[in-house]
Amino acid sequence: MAEKKEKLPRQPMPEQKPEVRRRNFKEVPLGYTPEIAMKEASRCLQCKKPSCREGCPVQVDIPAFIKLIKEGDFTGAIRKIWEKNSLPAICGRVCPQELQCEGHCILGKKGEPVAIGNLERFAADYEREHGTGELPPKAHPTGKKVAIIGSGPSGLTVAGDLILKGHDVTVFEAFHKGGGVLVYGIPEFRLPKDIVASEVNFLERLGVKFEYNVVVGKTITIDELFDQGYDAIYIGVGAGLPRFLNIPGENLVGIYSANEYLTRANLMKAYLFPEYDTPIVKGKNVVVIGAGNVAMDSARTAMRLGADSVKIVYRRSREEMPARKAEIHHAEEEGIEFHLLTNPIRFLGDEEGKVKGMECIKMELGEPDESGRRRPVPIKGSEFQMECDLVVISVGAGANPVLTKATEGLELTKWGYIVANPETGKTKKKGVWAGGDIVTGQATVILAAGAGRKASDSIHEYLTWGW
Amino acid sequence: MFEIVNREEMAQGSVILNEIKAPLIAKKARPGQFVILRAHEKGERIPLTMADTDPEKGTITIIYQVVGKTTALFKTLQVGDSYLDIIGPLGKPTHLEKYDGDVVCVGGGTGVAVLHPITRGLKQKGNNVIAIIGARTKDLLILEDKMKAASHELHVCTDDGSYGHHGFVTDVLKENLENKNVKLVVAIGPVPMMKFVCAMTKEYGVKTLVSLNPIMVDGTGMCGCCRVSVGGETKFACVDGPEFDGHKVDFEELMKRLRSYLEQEKESYEKFKASLNA
Ligand SMILES: Cc1cc2nc3c(=O)[nH]c(=O)nc-3n(C[C@H](O)[C@H](O)[C@H](O)COP(=O)(O)OP(=O)(O)OC[C@H]3O[C@@H](n4cnc5c(N)ncnc54)[C@H](O)[C@@H]3O)c2cc1C
Ligand code: FES
Repeated sequence: MAEKKEKLPRQPMPEQKPEVRRRNFKEVPLGYTPEIAMKEASRCLQCKKPSCREGCPVQVDIPAFIKLIKEGDFTGAIRKIWEKNSLPAICGRVCPQELQCEGHCILGKKGEPVAIGNLERFAADYEREHGTGELPPKAHPTGKKVAIIGSGPSGLTVAGDLILKGHDVTVFEAFHKGGGVLVYGIPEFRLPKDIVASEVNFLERLGVKFEYNVVVGKTITIDELFDQGYDAIYIGVGAGLPRFLNIPGENLVGIYSANEYLTRANLMKAYLFPEYDTPIVKGKNVVVIGAGNVAMDSARTAMRLGADSVKIVYRRSREEMPARKAEIHHAEEEGIEFHLLTNPIRFLGDEEGKVKGMECIKMELGEPDESGRRRPVPIKGSEFQMECDLVVISVGAGANPVLTKATEGLELTKWGYIVANPETGKTKKKGVWAGGDIVTGQATVILAAGAGRKASDSIHEYLTWGW
Repeated sequence: MFEIVNREEMAQGSVILNEIKAPLIAKKARPGQFVILRAHEKGERIPLTMADTDPEKGTITIIYQVVGKTTALFKTLQVGDSYLDIIGPLGKPTHLEKYDGDVVCVGGGTGVAVLHPITRGLKQKGNNVIAIIGARTKDLLILEDKMKAASHELHVCTDDGSYGHHGFVTDVLKENLENKNVKLVVAIGPVPMMKFVCAMTKEYGVKTLVSLNPIMVDGTGMCGCCRVSVGGETKFACVDGPEFDGHKVDFEELMKRLRSYLEQEKESYEKFKASLNA
C-alpha cells in the first residue's frame, strides 16, 4: 500500500471540556486509544541520533518504545520504558516534556514534536488496565536490609530497584499514605490517586514493607535504624517546608501555604467535606501567589471548589512562569486570570481576623538577577488593592529540618539541603544516601526518580562490595 | 493500628482518657510533646498533647474533651478498638530544670492533663511546685489526685464556687506572686485563661511558659497551618513549640485562627450527632 504523503498532525489527547471540568475533580486529559497512540507513534522519525533521549533526565530509549507502540506491542513498549523509569504512568502525566524530550524532538523544529509524554502515559495505562500484572523476577535474597525514608517518587524508585536485587526493603513514611507530593500535593484532576496507589501496591506485592506514621528524626533516628540492623539508608524526604512572603497580615484566616491548601484538598480529601472530616476554606474571590506548577494546581483546585474568580498573582512576566506549559494552558481555559508583574505588599483583614483583601504594587522588569531572569522592580506609586477571601501562597518550598537536625554526620548546604554526590547519591555519613528534592530543592518528579535510580545502583554496589 | 488498652470517662463523660498501644512513641516521648491522631479513613488529623507515657508497657495516654465531631467520634472508641494513625512524638519537650525559687503550674479544663507530666517533671528536678487547677464547676474538674501527688501544694478553683476557691485560677496565682518567690509559671488551658495569666505574670516580671494548641495538619513543619506570632515573628507551633514564652504570644491572633472553621465544624458535628441518633 502506498505511503500516505500528507503529514500526520500531532494527535491531540481527548480532554474534558473546560466548562465542565473546572467544577469537577476528575482527570482532565482522557488518554489515547490504542489506535490514536499507534497513529501518533507513527510520526516518530526514528532518528539515528535521537536528541529526545538526550533531553530525558533518565535517558529512556524513546525511539525504541515508540517503535514498539507503532507496531502494537504495548507490553514491549512499557518494558522498554521500565528499563530506565519505574514511574511512567506518573511521569507521562506530570513531566515538563516541553523542556525535556519533546523540547528536543526534531519534528518540533518546524512543526509539532511527537507527543512523547502522551505515549508514555498510554503505554503505562495500557499495562495497568490490560497487562497480566505479572511481577518481574527477583534476585535471590541477599540478607541485606535497606531503610528508605520518604515515599515520594525518589524513595519509591529506590525501593523498587533494590527489592528486585534481592534486598530486604522497608519504607518509612511520616504521613499515613505513600507517594509524597504525588498524593498530598498534585491534585486528583492531574494525577489520579488510584495511579499512585497502584504504584505503591505494586511495590508491596514485590515485598517492600511500608511503615507509615513514622517521622524519622522524631519517632526514630537514623542511627537507631542502623542499630536495628539496617545496612544502608536512603533519605528522600522532599522539600517539605513552605515559604511565606513575610508581609503584614499573612496570618489572617483564609491565607494558606500551598502545602496546607493542597494537603487538605488532596491527602485529606477536604473537597469531599463533610463526607470527609477535614474542612477547607472555600473562597469566592481567590488569589494564588506564584506561577509554578504548585500555583496552577492551587488555582485550579480553588476553581473546582466553587470560586467565582481565581487570580494568579505573579511578580514577573509570562515568560518567567515556571509551570508546565500544559498546566498554564489548562488553567487559562478554565478561566483562571493572570495578574502578572504584580507583587503583594500586605493583606487586609476584617474584625474576625479573616482576610478580605490584598494590597499590591505593580512591577517592571529590570536587569537580569542571579537566576538569569530579569529582576522585577516595583513601580513607585502604583499600589492598588484587590478583594479576596482566600489566598494561597505558592512561592516555593525549602528544606524541612526535622530529620536533618536530628541526624549527626550529614553535611548540609547553607539552605539546609543535604549534600550528596550527584553521581551516586552518597552523603558524608557512612551508609547513608540522599536524593530528590531534599538534595536539589524543589525540582521535578523525574529528577527525583532519576536520583533514586543512581543511588540504588550505588547502594547495591555498596551492599555487594562495601563503601 | 493503635489499640486502646484502657479507657476512662471523666467530668461526667465530657472528658475521655485513652491509654493506647504505641511502643515507638512511648519510648521516645517526653513531657510537653504531642501526637497527631486519626480515627478512620475519612477522619481528620488532630493534635493532642500526651498526658502520660509508659515506655515499659509501650503505651501513651491522651485525655481530651469532647468538643466536636472528631472528639465525639473518638469517644465512641472502646477498649480493644484502634486508632488508624498516630504520629509522634512531635514538638519540643518541655525544658525542665531546677529554678532558684518557687514554680507555679496553672491548669484549666483539660489543660490540666497536659500540665500534669510537666508538673511532675518539675518536682522531680527538685523544685518547690505549687499547682493551681480550675474548672467551671466541681464535676468538670479532672486529675485532682494526680496533681496533688505531682506537686507540693495544690489549689483548686471553680468558677461557681462548688468546690475549692470560688473564682478564677488567676486569683490564687496573684496571691502566690505577691507572697512567694516565684521564678517560673507554667500555664496550660483555654486560650483566655493563658492570656489572663500572662497579662498578670508580665506585671510581676515572672517568666511564663504556655502550651499552645493551634489547628494542625501534618505536625512536622510542612504546611504552616499551626503558625502563631511570638514576639512579632511567625513560628510553627508543631516544630518550634508547642511551648512558648507566654509574654510574647499573640493570643488574639491564636483565638481568631482557632475559629477558622467554626461553621464547618458545627455542620460536621450536627451531622454526626444525627447519625448517632439514627
Ligand atoms: C503541588 C505540586 C505540584 C507539582 N507538580 C509537578 C509536575 O507537574 N511535574 C513535576 O515533575 N514535578 C512537580 N512537582 C515537584 C515534584 O512533585 C517533586 O519534585 C517530587 O515529588 C520530589 O520527590 P521526592 O521523592 O524528593 O520527595 P516528595 O515527593 O516530597 O516525598 C517526600 C516524602 O517524605 C516524607 N517525609 C518527609 N520527612 C520525613 C521524615 N522525617 N520521616 C519520614 N518521612 C518523611 C514526606 O511525607 C513525603 O511523603 C510538584 C510539586 C508540588 C508540591
Ligand atoms: S501543622 Fe503543618 S506545619 Fe505545623
